[in-house]
Amino acid sequence: MKHSMKVNLQVWRQKNTQAQGNFENYSVETNPDMSFLEMFDVLNEQLIHDGKEPVAFDHDCREGICGMCSMVINGNPHGPKQAITTCQLHMRSFNDGDTIVVEPWRANAFPVIKDLSVNRSSFDRIIASGGFVSVNTGNAVDANNILIPKDIADEAFEAATCIGCGACVSACINASAMLFVGAKVTQLSLLPQGQSERQSRVVAMVNQMDAEGFGACTNTGACSAECPKGIPLSVISTLNREYTKAKLNGI
Amino acid sequence: MKLESKIPEGPISEKWTKFKSTVPLVNPANKRHLEIIVVGTGLAGASAAASLAEMGYKVSAFCFQDSPRRAHSIAAQGGINAAKNYQNDGDSVFRLFYDTIKGGDYRAREGNVHRLAEVSTSIIDQCVAQGVPFAREYGGTLSNRSFGGTQVQRTFYAAGQTGQQLLLGAYSALERQVGLGNVKMYNRHEMVEVVTIEGKARGIIARNLVTGKLERFFSHAVLLCTGGYGNVFYLSTNAMGSNVTAAWKAHKAGAYFGNPCFTQIHPTCIPVSGHYQSKLTLMSESLRNDGRIWVPKKQNDDRHPNDIPEDERDYYLERRYPAFGNLVPRDIASRAAKERCDGGYGVGPSKMAVYLDFKYNMMQKYGRTEASKHNIENPDDATLLRLGQEVVKEKYGNLFDMYKQITDEDPYEVPMRIYPAVHYTMGGLWVDYNLMTTVPGLYALGEANFSDHGANRLGASALMQGLADGYFVIPLTIGSYLSGEIHTKAIPTTHEAFEAAEKRANERIQNFLNINGTRSVESYHRELGLIMWNKCGMARNEKGLNEAIAEIRALREDFYKNVRVPGTDKEFNPELDKAGRVADFLELGELMCIDALNRNESCGGHFREEFQTEEGEALRDDENYKNVFAWEHTENNKWELHKEELVYENIKIQQRSYK
Repeated sequence: MKHSMKVNLQVWRQKNTQAQGNFENYSVETNPDMSFLEMFDVLNEQLIHDGKEPVAFDHDCREGICGMCSMVINGNPHGPKQAITTCQLHMRSFNDGDTIVVEPWRANAFPVIKDLSVNRSSFDRIIASGGFVSVNTGNAVDANNILIPKDIADEAFEAATCIGCGACVSACINASAMLFVGAKVTQLSLLPQGQSERQSRVVAMVNQMDAEGFGACTNTGACSAECPKGIPLSVISTLNREYTKAKLNGI
Repeated sequence: MKLESKIPEGPISEKWTKFKSTVPLVNPANKRHLEIIVVGTGLAGASAAASLAEMGYKVSAFCFQDSPRRAHSIAAQGGINAAKNYQNDGDSVFRLFYDTIKGGDYRAREGNVHRLAEVSTSIIDQCVAQGVPFAREYGGTLSNRSFGGTQVQRTFYAAGQTGQQLLLGAYSALERQVGLGNVKMYNRHEMVEVVTIEGKARGIIARNLVTGKLERFFSHAVLLCTGGYGNVFYLSTNAMGSNVTAAWKAHKAGAYFGNPCFTQIHPTCIPVSGHYQSKLTLMSESLRNDGRIWVPKKQNDDRHPNDIPEDERDYYLERRYPAFGNLVPRDIASRAAKERCDGGYGVGPSKMAVYLDFKYNMMQKYGRTEASKHNIENPDDATLLRLGQEVVKEKYGNLFDMYKQITDEDPYEVPMRIYPAVHYTMGGLWVDYNLMTTVPGLYALGEANFSDHGANRLGASALMQGLADGYFVIPLTIGSYLSGEIHTKAIPTTHEAFEAAEKRANERIQNFLNINGTRSVESYHRELGLIMWNKCGMARNEKGLNEAIAEIRALREDFYKNVRVPGTDKEFNPELDKAGRVADFLELGELMCIDALNRNESCGGHFREEFQTEEGEALRDDENYKNVFAWEHTENNKWELHKEELVYENIKIQQRSYK
């Protein structure tokens, strides 16, 4: 058993979407092997024990893949370490006595539901506007009839590893969703499948992104730097290129 | 009620073909008036909702997460099986069928499993057409790897994120239908009641988890695609929110529960590190392609693993099962790990772990190949290791990173420490060949049903089954029911059955809030999990199961006296959501123990210590237990057992051997 440690938390508390929020201070006994969310479990146990309301926060798989967890920790989406989600962050990344500020994603297109939980349905609507290949079940040819060179398949896969968590939006001073949209557009524009809707797709997704209230790209690169899956900034150039080509073609 | 599996007549290879060409259909004009509710949006739910909407049905889909893309199918790592025989290694539909039945220790239905093997090939085609970026060879063809319990390479994969890529494929198909207005999607909604009218499923009551409001939904059929119930053990590889609630409410509304005690304990998970632990993380079975499992030959050996010489290591799987070695099925690998640790050979601080070591294959398999590729003559060990590490990194990089993140140890340098953990439940709602439960119009798909994996599921077969059910089975089988419903008009949700169901749900919620005790929901869940793990886990016996039943009853009683659920039912209140789920686990746990107690044999993942061979292998009793246990809920926590005999006409059943 490793030594225990104590951290001071400043946590954003907000009753509901309409309410005014504020920071509350808590102190939690933890240890270096505990995950950040397990530390929140301990805090909530404590609050329930004291007859207070536990902190609402989103989480599910706790293995870094579902994209549900979403905390801004000391100003960084998913915390101080690169290329991981909040659930994969462990207390060994902090020191005994540290003060840690925890907030929700902040963006107009991600309204706060309660405390640290936000509504990210805008991402679903962007996918629904065009982030797919239009192929009904049963219409497929034999899988090996579509040959895709390994390097292209790998590049498409890299873009497809986006978990839709929204850290990119949270990191951006303009709350832009360009990295998220760029990842999907890049994946599908690289592959031979769905080429017939390549241009209409990018225009539809960008229009939906704008309609949801996400801001314009600032070119600061904060999105990619904070992305837990390391989606490269190049997906945004691909998105811009694809969009421009489609527009020049009068789509 | 007599259980009718409704398996079509005829030779095994023609059953599904014949069924497809004779099943009653619903014409396109009528489909528009037929409403279907899909609960759960994992591989089974998302693929079913998308496919049914494409066909023209009116679909509503529900998930408790904030988006359908979060469903726990997303966490599946290793791959998906399909009998494509792209490797020219002798694979076939029959071989996949045979491996699955044998892997399940002869406790699955032949008809269902053969169908699964038949449609497996179409799944890969469909996913590729959607743009799922599977791993490929340099020539552009699809790549395969091996999984446990097979001797062919039939597993398709996308690095260690196959579930993610398949789910995002199904999710995009679903969102496309949402965009087209054919599916109405309800996020952050939890099903809390099935509504039945005159014996048929006619809709659900769902709780809006943001506002707390109970909402009523009518439909002509209800599909439960709500996954497994491994979280009854508290610690498992499931997501925190994975639960049995929808399936359990269906069970209480008349759906029989099949083989509830059939649980899969996965051999390669990161061991428990402390009492605060909230979940366990899987290290994909695909790692057993290249990792060798061992413990020291000496008991309580505290040396660093890298300091233990080769001849003092016991590669116990290779020793006991030379034909399959490290790739024996999961139940066998798990029990073998437990046997070594119980015997005092375990490693790590808790001594409840074994090593999964990549060094040999990094150097000898990949290092040598790479050296030869790059014309490096007589490479030294350091070169071999460096070259091998690069290959392993490409194959399993994300898993190695995850391991390091959690344990603070670098698996490229020291062997991983692993131990078995609860992973999957083969048991689930009993369904017939059409995937219909014992309640007409109520279906169960994917892990939520009991049907295809018998007493042990083979690796990379869960993804296959979820997508088979959703893309290719339900779109056809549902026709045989809905073709008889074309005259049923939408029933207003003011109907008394909806009133009564909503009232039941509301009373439960008020009850939780009014107890106002002292203990958190979580503390009950933890305690239940410990009982289940110790007495209904990897090894079970009559005494322990009887104790467990008594302990669970007492715990349940205490829960309804002393639990504290803060907040109200008119707001976003995750503690209240959790209370409902844990209350259901407290009932399910008892049924699992009763099921295990009644099955006086060992088979697959169900290991009763009283029934084992001299070598410690599972000892089946085909004379008395070649059947499915289907439990009917008769009154409050009382059940009646029904049995479905299993018939094997195409496979000779024998003692399962991987030696």
